[in-house]
Amino acid sequence: MQKRYASIWFPYLISNWLVLRRPALKDTAFVITSAERGRALVKALSEPARTQGVTEGMSLADAKAIVPGLQVFSDKAGREARLLRAIGEWCIRYTPFVALDLPDGLILDTSGCPHLWGAEEDYLKEIVSRLKTLGYEVRAAIADTIGTAWAVARFGEETRVINSGEQATALLSLPPSALRLETVALQRLQKLGLYQISSFIHMPRAVLRRRFGADLLLKLARALGQDEERIQPLQIMPPYQERLPCLEPIRTAIGIEIAIKKLLEALCKRLQGEGKGLRTAVLTCYRIDGKVIQAEIGTNSPSHHITHLFKLFLLKIPSIEPALGIELFVMEAPKTEDVSPLQEALWIANPGLDDQGVSELLDRLAVKVGAQAIHRYLPDEHFWPERSLKPAASIQEKTTVPWKTSRPRPTQLLAMPVPIEVSAPIPDYPPMLFIYKGKRHMIKKADGPERIAQEWWLQQGEHRDYYYVEDEDGQRYWLFRSGHYSEQGSQWFIHGFFA
Amino acid sequence: MEGEMNGHSSINNSQQDIISQLRKDILTLQGIKPAEGSAGAFGLGPAELAFPNGVCPAGAIHEFLIAAPEHEASSAGFLSGLLNVLMQSGSSCLWISTSRTLFPPALQAFGVEPDRIIFVDLQRERDVLWVMEEALKCEGLTAVVAELRDINFAQSRRLQLVVEKSKVTGFILRADPNKVSSTACVARWRITPLPSELEEGMPGVGFPRWNVELLKVRNGNPGSWKMEWAEGRFKPVKELNEGAVIVQLNRNAG
Repeated sequence: MQKRYASIWFPYLISNWLVLRRPALKDTAFVITSAERGRALVKALSEPARTQGVTEGMSLADAKAIVPGLQVFSDKAGREARLLRAIGEWCIRYTPFVALDLPDGLILDTSGCPHLWGAEEDYLKEIVSRLKTLGYEVRAAIADTIGTAWAVARFGEETRVINSGEQATALLSLPPSALRLETVALQRLQKLGLYQISSFIHMPRAVLRRRFGADLLLKLARALGQDEERIQPLQIMPPYQERLPCLEPIRTAIGIEIAIKKLLEALCKRLQGEGKGLRTAVLTCYRIDGKVIQAEIGTNSPSHHITHLFKLFLLKIPSIEPALGIELFVMEAPKTEDVSPLQEALWIANPGLDDQGVSELLDRLAVKVGAQAIHRYLPDEHFWPERSLKPAASIQEKTTVPWKTSRPRPTQLLAMPVPIEVSAPIPDYPPMLFIYKGKRHMIKKADGPERIAQEWWLQQGEHRDYYYVEDEDGQRYWLFRSGHYSEQGSQWFIHGFFA
Repeated sequence: MEGEMNGHSSINNSQQDIISQLRKDILTLQGIKPAEGSAGAFGLGPAELAFPNGVCPAGAIHEFLIAAPEHEASSAGFLSGLLNVLMQSGSSCLWISTSRTLFPPALQAFGVEPDRIIFVDLQRERDVLWVMEEALKCEGLTAVVAELRDINFAQSRRLQLVVEKSKVTGFILRADPNKVSSTACVARWRITPLPSELEEGMPGVGFPRWNVELLKVRNGNPGSWKMEWAEGRFKPVKELNEGAVIVQLNRNAG
């Protein structure tokens, strides 16, 4: 059977996407820039920007000189690949074989598909109009070869279908760049005045090879269908999902437990086979009265351990109300990660944060009391006490900087410093006594001051002069004076208690 | 028990071994299991001798009475000193609380790496006991600390049964001094701050110094000692009038 390919070209892929994200940008001139060798270059642009004279590869300064009110956005690496992949996955409704054609196109192997939409023209029109309604500017063509479809989509006058075997006629009037050639070969063709494919297509092959390299012959052969070109179709992962329909509606906790166990067994078997572990799992229960109930669990580290996951769901069972009965259970794992195979015998005796038991305990706690309740802290490089520690992102995260021990720090730190009354007769000396919560504390011993300045790039305010003091009962406190000593009386606070 | 405080030097080693073995046998005959851990492991000196066989038991529940924020700071310091010993193997610890004021960077001064402690900050008091029981079941942890207002006998008995199986050490910081009910905990401590001592004529504040009171010990001798945290370990403070005073309290704590 004759192979047929469609090439879809998105001339404004990123700018169209940006307009979809921010509708206010519609019909305005804007560019997306990427940094290259220390310069900002225009990578993509909107149609109004192009009509005013901006082109791709122009430096941003030039573009701004041409269009005064130009809006500029910075590019993120790999954005087009992600976008094209998403659109490509959507296109699988038209053919099972969709391949990415970076940076701005898709290739569809349409062999045997168009008749479902009528003729090839209808098929192509359907794709183009659907993508246009989504908001993407699109040009497309269908031909026997990928090369011809690519060339016609980009350089042909309009979207069209090239009949089988007519590649050569379609290509004749197109410029050489339609053949996806290297820049060097293109420049050479340009220099020799060969502006159309027709002007060199009939030249002897030996001459073409000598002057422009073997690449031109290969590309030409591919476009004409004399050489086969292969595509790498997108693979869509089937979602990690298991279904369990019930003959009789399930109404008891035991029944739900059995259902969860069965679903987990099936799900974990697949996860284990693929070397994956789930981070979140959602159990959806469809009740016979039409209501849908969901229960979600999460884990701290990827897991396909049935008993552990079952224990997590066990905590959720009280929240599942079966009412008249549940007829369908669906278990899904929306978030999965690669799991490193565990060497039980070696690791079992290794205590610490990597311990499997600890991470499973934290999962159970997170299900019951919420993951936001569990904290772990790492040192942060700030002197300001409130900022000297930061929450760890994960349970296994290691510290990069050591904890500071050079200055004394209180074991109890008040969430907010509390104002106190003091009598401090001499400037820059610790106070003689202070009154906190109505009780007078005579200060017998003191250490300090330790001046901690505000980090001006984070927050404005006065510095603090901290004193480590001990009262007549031996109770130790952390006091500070906010700002400098002043005659009118300075502001004093208590901030913590020492062991 | 009475001969414990004096005459150690006069008895030679083999006799000492026989005596300690006999003491263990008596405890076993009384139906008390020998405690986890080894004698003198915590370096508490005389306070450790108040426990049966001189072993301050790990794998048990200890409670600390707290009357004021200052006492809480002292208890946290003393507790970190104990955690320092327990966490030597590189294991982690769970700290459960509803209103936590503990400042993790301070623990480093007591030899505990603050990043090895997992904090669970809860909204409701009744979740604390649930989380504590779950955590005590986990053999991967070394210690679990819970800040509680109150705990009754049945609840503490539950926790005690859990730790007997898992060998995790539990610490309860009880913040309500008005309601002190009896519990199944192996020891009841009260740590209060004492004025620190400095070398003659030196300015500043000295090492943290506490009055360590052992109010109840199962099968042991309650007492009170003065102790200091210096050079990374506990240091019993020598009294001028020589020898700590052992206060005989009622012994029905167990």
